[in-house]
Amino acid sequence: MRDRTEGPLLRVEGLEKRYGARLGCGGVSFDLWPGEVMGIVGESGSGKTTLLNCLAGQLAPDGGRVLYDMGEGMVDTVTLDEPARRRLKRSDWAFVHQHAHEGLRMNVSAGGNVGERLMGMGARRYGAIRAQAVDWLGRVEIAADRVDDRPSAFSGGMRQRLQIARNLVTGPRLVFMDEPTGGLDVSVQARLLDLLRGLVREMGLSAIIVTHDLAVVRLLADRLMVMQGGRVVEAGLTDQVLDDPQHGYTQLLVSSVLQV
Amino acid sequence: MSAYNFAYLDEQTKRMIRRALLKALAVPGYQVPFASREMPMPYGWGTGGVQVSAAVLVPEDVLKVIDQGADDTTNAVSIRRFFQKVAGVAVSEATAQATVIQTRHRIPERALEEGQILVYQVPIPEPLRFLEPSEIETRKMHALEEYGLMHVKLYEDISRHGEIATSYAYPVKVEGRYVMDPSPIPKFDNPKLSMAAIQLFGAGREQRIYALPPWTEVVSLDFEDYPFEAARAPHACDLCGAGDSYLDEVITDDAGGRMFVCSDTDFCGERRAAGHVGRLGESA
Repeated sequence: MRDRTEGPLLRVEGLEKRYGARLGCGGVSFDLWPGEVMGIVGESGSGKTTLLNCLAGQLAPDGGRVLYDMGEGMVDTVTLDEPARRRLKRSDWAFVHQHAHEGLRMNVSAGGNVGERLMGMGARRYGAIRAQAVDWLGRVEIAADRVDDRPSAFSGGMRQRLQIARNLVTGPRLVFMDEPTGGLDVSVQARLLDLLRGLVREMGLSAIIVTHDLAVVRLLADRLMVMQGGRVVEAGLTDQVLDDPQHGYTQLLVSSVLQV
Repeated sequence: MSAYNFAYLDEQTKRMIRRALLKALAVPGYQVPFASREMPMPYGWGTGGVQVSAAVLVPEDVLKVIDQGADDTTNAVSIRRFFQKVAGVAVSEATAQATVIQTRHRIPERALEEGQILVYQVPIPEPLRFLEPSEIETRKMHALEEYGLMHVKLYEDISRHGEIATSYAYPVKVEGRYVMDPSPIPKFDNPKLSMAAIQLFGAGREQRIYALPPWTEVVSLDFEDYPFEAARAPHACDLCGAGDSYLDEVITDDAGGRMFVCSDTDFCGERRAAGHVGRLGESA
């Protein structure tokens, strides 16, 4: 479905981030191919959020390269100048925060939240922006008559879906998600995962999802990286890693999940 | 008043402000930080405008001070008297005679000319402030020309009120580069921002100076399908009959009586002196 399928979309080489003497994450290398969803799992403090922030340009890594296919070959986003990186972040990339209020403007209406990226890319026709906002609210199952309500009037699940709409409206190619279902109750989680899975498949998105919830990666991710103490201890196809864990820590992780 | 240096501020301070002014004129619409001084008036009463005026005044100047277009309101009278006292400059209420005009919330109706300086008092110089609370972030947004957020504000207006309801401090883009807050002037005055006079903006509490050189291109932001409109009350002045000036609504009794009068008192007075009479005016 893509015309540039020759190489990977994202190539990470020896990425490292230190907090003083302590290791945030280190020695991380992988390729992400177009349309692929990569899951990063691990317990709290294993460095998965640090890794995600380094990949998404929210944190400056201390070593390594994050190469991204900008259309004219691979570009290192770590050394990319700031205007270009910020442009990338609001057009080709998207970032879904764990807490929706970090990714939303709480005092701006739902329509304004969705429209912001469009206006940031130069859209100047109110009618068109609004129509697209309403369309996207529909796609994330928010009723069209809530378009002028502020996110503060929304439930947690709705806020998270609004955040997703706000991020995907410009048709990004790569989405970073930090615990997208964290803090939501189980039935809302299931609905959100269902929605995400549909959108990812439909739009052919590539995504990197950080979570500690193995059910999330089981549903969404094609491939999986397991992190412990800032290092990747195991990587492979999701089903393979979850069904036949090789590393001791992965075995512990998989066996810790309560089977209902 | 030999107890004060000319125009109250010491020469070093005036020099510092003039440097900021020159930089501001060189980069129209860019907010130049300056070391704002304590002035003998509270913040919010025009400390920024007063400092800019003090830095540009020379003994030959004729000063006019207006507040919401009026020469006779408290703020205007006290600032005028302040400069009479500490600079000994001539003052006037006539727009045409003034060389320096300090203003709060209005541009005079009469077109200003080359050689005149218009000094604005600015409460909040950052047009992005109410959308983005971080100063670090707003500076970055100005530097990288990321102004999408400004349109989010206008979008919110339309979605809530059916039109762009922002009626004052309406954001403008200067020379296709910086988005600027024109201070809380009514949007009726926005089209006048491209003018022959030099315009200087001073924000005392926020410690920012910005400027528009003569005939700078100033465009009010809008949407293609909701274009900018310079709004005014659909009436004529009840005193002078002017149909093209910005009007204040004045409640005259508790039985619904009201009148509309020019907010620019000098403009209104001159018209009445020339024989124009409005609905409630008495002929001179």
